[in-house]
Amino acid sequence: MSETLILSQRWGKKDSHTLASYRADGGYRSLEKALGMDPPAIVNEVKVSNLRGRGGAGFATGLKWSFLPKDIRPRYLCINADESEPGTFKDRYIIAHDPHMLIEGIAIACYANDIHLAYVYIRGEFKKQAQILHDAIQEAYAAGILGPKVMGRDFSLDLHVHRGAGAYICGEESALMESLEGKKGYPRLKPPFPAVVGLWGKPTIINNVETLANVPWIVEHGGAAFAALGTGKSGGTRLFCVSGHVVRPGVYEKPVHYNLKKLIMEDCGGVVGGRKVKAVIPGGSSAPVLAAHEIDVSMEFDALKAVGTMAGSGGVIVMDESTCLVRALSRISMFYAEESCGQCTPCREGTSWMEGIIHRIEHGEASAADVDRLEQLTGNIMGNTICALGDAAAMPVQSFLKKFKPEFLAHVEGRGCPFGDHAWGLTQESREAVVGEMRV
Amino acid sequence: MARFNAELGVILKRYPEDRKAAAMIPALRLGQEIFGWLSPAVQLLCAERLGTSPARAEEVATFYVMLETHPHGRHVVELCTSIGCSLSGAHRMFQALKQKLGVENGGTTADGRVTFREVECLGSCGTAPAMLVDEDMHERLTLEKVEKILGGLK
Repeated sequence: MSETLILSQRWGKKDSHTLASYRADGGYRSLEKALGMDPPAIVNEVKVSNLRGRGGAGFATGLKWSFLPKDIRPRYLCINADESEPGTFKDRYIIAHDPHMLIEGIAIACYANDIHLAYVYIRGEFKKQAQILHDAIQEAYAAGILGPKVMGRDFSLDLHVHRGAGAYICGEESALMESLEGKKGYPRLKPPFPAVVGLWGKPTIINNVETLANVPWIVEHGGAAFAALGTGKSGGTRLFCVSGHVVRPGVYEKPVHYNLKKLIMEDCGGVVGGRKVKAVIPGGSSAPVLAAHEIDVSMEFDALKAVGTMAGSGGVIVMDESTCLVRALSRISMFYAEESCGQCTPCREGTSWMEGIIHRIEHGEASAADVDRLEQLTGNIMGNTICALGDAAAMPVQSFLKKFKPEFLAHVEGRGCPFGDHAWGLTQESREAVVGEMRV
Repeated sequence: MARFNAELGVILKRYPEDRKAAAMIPALRLGQEIFGWLSPAVQLLCAERLGTSPARAEEVATFYVMLETHPHGRHVVELCTSIGCSLSGAHRMFQALKQKLGVENGGTTADGRVTFREVECLGSCGTAPAMLVDEDMHERLTLEKVEKILGGLK
């Protein structure tokens, strides 16, 4: 049986981003079908599909939609295209290669939830993708797919692109709404949840790009067919992003429960130069790291949770045996220190402290007590902040220490990095030999 | 100023009439594009046009890394050194480029041509290393490729 491709089937086709190309391949028929359905029936299909949020949290999409209070209007939809979790680079390809699939998914979601105004919040660095999406939206308006009468029906929908300006935190849903309201991206206390008090104080759904791009397929084929592609409580396929020391990095669409080792060793061609895998981060840099002997595992949300990590945003970062994991963790911790918004003290101060201690360990300026202090510090951040960034910064540190502590102690005892100049593993030269091979 | 007013008018159509302040990022971005950087005067202009306080404009201008509250070189070059890019050689590129341009991280070349800095993950880990040159993304970088791009900046 050939693999079912829902999201990436049209990638690489000539002019796949245009309305004409999308229509020629049957595009917008699902919207047509949806507009003839009862809105609650669409929500039900999405529930049956076991579609879970592809942004990181893996929350059941149909359930999220059903949290909207019955009697408050207007309601809004925000589409999260702030893709900023290190190791994640999939939504940008959906937008660049098949923006109309996303627009169709958005239109169906809005019709199903009685929403008439939606914004795609796209990260500022995706200038080109923002333009492609904007152009596709204009095409859709001109064709009567968006606007006062969607496909000639008595349903109005306005959709706009809102481009951010460089802040990881704005991928957090409440920070995204703050940013969209024209403020700095400070996450809000929850509850109340966005479904009740969201954008401009009104009920709001926030869904990831990939999540919504699945919706046309679900409407066309039915929720049960989508659920059947996956396993347990997770339906469909996922876009896995593989980066780091593999032969063929790129975006791979696979069933949600695909095996991590198979993805790395077979689909991506294993590690460059035939070297061995040392460690893998399976779901974006916030996800706890797996040691090489732990990667023979399903990537489904609950399966990865069961082995102490998370599927997160689908960003698989592969590090080979020659990588210094203290150096790698040092760089990851720098990211969180840089991106902490500064609102909560444990995160604002804690991320910088962690970065500082790890940097000292890497450069042989730390004591064994510092390693213990680092461990202790993570416990003081976890669970003590408004949003999940604090946890996201602490989880990598905890997991690297738990699984690779001898490497940290070796830096302390040896007063420096045993890997020397080659701490990043792969050399520039060997990387250049493979960059041409990326799939997308 | 005419251009600012005209383009801001188009931007404002995307937001409800009574929610003009939502356009703060696009308004500041437009101001930066036209006036070069976000001086207090440009921030004030955006705040006034959107019917909100200057403090709100400053809050936004200083929070987001792509908004420039200080003058910079004629071109801004931003190399990603986050985990994905560093695993692919960006760390070496960063050292080499600092040396080639003769600047520290965040510095501007003596001739005012290039401001150079390292930035966090650009979402190009599969096509690493990556960098932005005046907001345009360049991927699958090699040192030769970067030198060629830098050489083309006037």
